Amino acid sequence: MREIKAADISAAVARMCMSANTKLPEDVRRKFEEGFANETTEAGKEIFRQLLENADLSFETKLPLCQDCGLAIFYVELGEDVFVPGGVNKAITEGMVAGYKDGYLRKSSCDPLSRKNTGDNTPAIIHIDFVPGDKLKISYMAKGGGSENMSRVTMLAPSQGWEGIKKFVVNRVAEAGPNPCPPVILGIGIGGTFEQAPKIAKKALLRKLDDTHPDPKIAEMEAELLTAVNKLGIGPMGLGGSYTCLGVKIAIAPCHIASLPLAVNVQCHSARHEEVEF
Amino acid sequence: MPTYSLNTPLTDQDIDKLRSGDVVLLNGIIYTGRDAAHKRICDLLDKGEPLPFDLKGASIYYVGPSPAPPGRPIGSAGPTTSYRMDAYAPRLHALGLKATIGKGKRSDEVKAAMREHKAVYFGATGGAGALLSKCITASKVIAFDELGPEAVRELTVKDFPLLVINDAFGGELYAKPKLDD
Repeated sequence: MREIKAADISAAVARMCMSANTKLPEDVRRKFEEGFANETTEAGKEIFRQLLENADLSFETKLPLCQDCGLAIFYVELGEDVFVPGGVNKAITEGMVAGYKDGYLRKSSCDPLSRKNTGDNTPAIIHIDFVPGDKLKISYMAKGGGSENMSRVTMLAPSQGWEGIKKFVVNRVAEAGPNPCPPVILGIGIGGTFEQAPKIAKKALLRKLDDTHPDPKIAEMEAELLTAVNKLGIGPMGLGGSYTCLGVKIAIAPCHIASLPLAVNVQCHSARHEEVEF
Repeated sequence: MPTYSLNTPLTDQDIDKLRSGDVVLLNGIIYTGRDAAHKRICDLLDKGEPLPFDLKGASIYYVGPSPAPPGRPIGSAGPTTSYRMDAYAPRLHALGLKATIGKGKRSDEVKAAMREHKAVYFGATGGAGALLSKCITASKVIAFDELGPEAVRELTVKDFPLLVINDAFGGELYAKPKLDD
């Protein structure tokens, strides 16, 4: 067994929360630069200009990129030969709480009925997968409420197939319009069960915007959806233009013979995520 | 694109000249309020109790800022999505609210209230909270402190950059999605 100290995990998670909220990922930044150069509308171009300036200012001042620092989502790949005295969940939660406090990040978690803020952004939302070996990898995503509210899960009939999937995704983005802070990024979960589809959809948002899916068939589907969504002309912040979506990331999982679950997790342009490995 | 520099409180004359697509640099005092604060404000109205600020000519910014680090008046402070306040906005417009600031679509009821009571809806750039905070020179909590980021704050803004999304004459700036069917 390899022992990893809980305090080391907490410290790394705290740093990661603060860093991800003030440093736009390079792949997202490159897309903003591309959009600024190529967007067809002046209003859309101006949005990209502001977003690039915002990213520079955030990095320089450590004011968060967006005031919605999100609920804190963690994807953990925990080696079966790793032992964390005190527990991984607690270590991650304590790191998140410290990072949100010390980084002056907004605490956005509340009781769903009384709406009372939990005060420290708890609970951290932690998904753990056990993997062979003695390594530990933790990915963090700051997920804002505005884009999350525009996300949907549906249970299609198998007969609806790819055409049904495409129609649902395009209609979802059209209906969301300016609300989720376009240009958006789409995590699409196809298959699995009712709870699995959105889980794989969200995890797909950790992929780099400029990567290519290893399965050529799925890569083609991603490209087709991206083109279809961008034809909507919603544009940056809904002001019109060719950049409605910066990337489509599809994840698939086997499903029941009766079902075709589909999840569309909408991410805003401020796609904040980082990872750390032990 | 016409650009106006306006001071709060806004007047009917200010609203009359604005059209969707205009750029406005807003100056003066504005108030923050989002989901929980709107509920509290409407609860006060139901009970006939005084509000934390005068609605006449007021501008409400839909924002829950991040905490102010030392040496700054406020943290990151970009707009939140406005439709969640649609349930409350018509009532507030009827009582003199002249402008709301947020991002995203408004309901037909809110648009009708803006036409009826001479008011506008401004868009600020979502996800540019660090940049927008530069235009906020002072901030103080004036009500519902216990709501944390959702408390009502009085902000002093200087050249706060806004776009008129919905004007008081039925104009709308947002692009209509192009769907085949």
